[in-house]
Amino acid sequence: MSEYVIRFLVGGVVVSAFAMLGDVLRPKSFAGLFGAAPSVALATLGIAIYQHGADYAAVQSQAMMAGALALAVYSVVVCQLLVRARLRALPATLLSLVVWLVVAVGLLKLAGGVT
Amino acid sequence: MTPVRISPSSLREGRWYEYLVRFALGGGATVFAGLISSHVGVSVGGLFLALPAIFCASATLIETHEIRRKREAGVAGERRGQNAAAVDAAGAALGALGLLAFAIVFALTVRTSISGAFIGASLAWLVVSVAAWYVRRKTRWARRRAVTAARVSGSALPRSR
Repeated sequence: MSEYVIRFLVGGVVVSAFAMLGDVLRPKSFAGLFGAAPSVALATLGIAIYQHGADYAAVQSQAMMAGALALAVYSVVVCQLLVRARLRALPATLLSLVVWLVVAVGLLKLAGGVT
Repeated sequence: MTPVRISPSSLREGRWYEYLVRFALGGGATVFAGLISSHVGVSVGGLFLALPAIFCASATLIETHEIRRKREAGVAGERRGQNAAAVDAAGAALGALGLLAFAIVFALTVRTSISGAFIGASLAWLVVSVAAWYVRRKTRWARRRAVTAARVSGSALPRSR
């Protein structure tokens, strides 16, 4: 239980720090880079190494490559939904999560890593 | 080209509960990634290290702030809000390339040196993200200049006749 409390606190602090950095930077397209900052990754990989060792974290970061490519596709889809379909930000970002999940799992299956 | 700058006054636009929501989402995403790794598998859990959960909150906040700013100026700002969120999403697409570089460098170096993996991967994210943003910015700027030059030369022709 305490492990998940630590995860929650560390993740919250790291994500908030990157988000605030993105808030103060201009122009907005540059600040957008921080929307894809490795905030959750830094917190999770740090805890993974402490608990399970470097091999475990290496496997996680290999799978993360598929997640990162899916994030690039997700961001482009969100951008198109906002500009062309004129959706509001919340429905556009939530609907596109399906795209992220499909692309991420598809790439992971293609790479042969499902466990 | 607009230079990169810091605008600390932007922090005053946020409400306290907006920061609380982002903290909770960040913590929640980290717990979720851990739960997936434990119950489904390490690889599937690794995918969730690039989950765009925080991006949903950030894009919504950017849109809300832009709409609020326009309303205070007495105009409807829905379209401006959507455009601001779209610009943020375009930046996130470039940042995702940096995230890919982070994952590659981390996977290659973590078995050799843990601190080196964290430092090297973070630097890789920063360098690739900023380089991708700079190249895109330069390309768009050059294209805009070419279009303006074509318009100017096009409008100059009838005058010379």
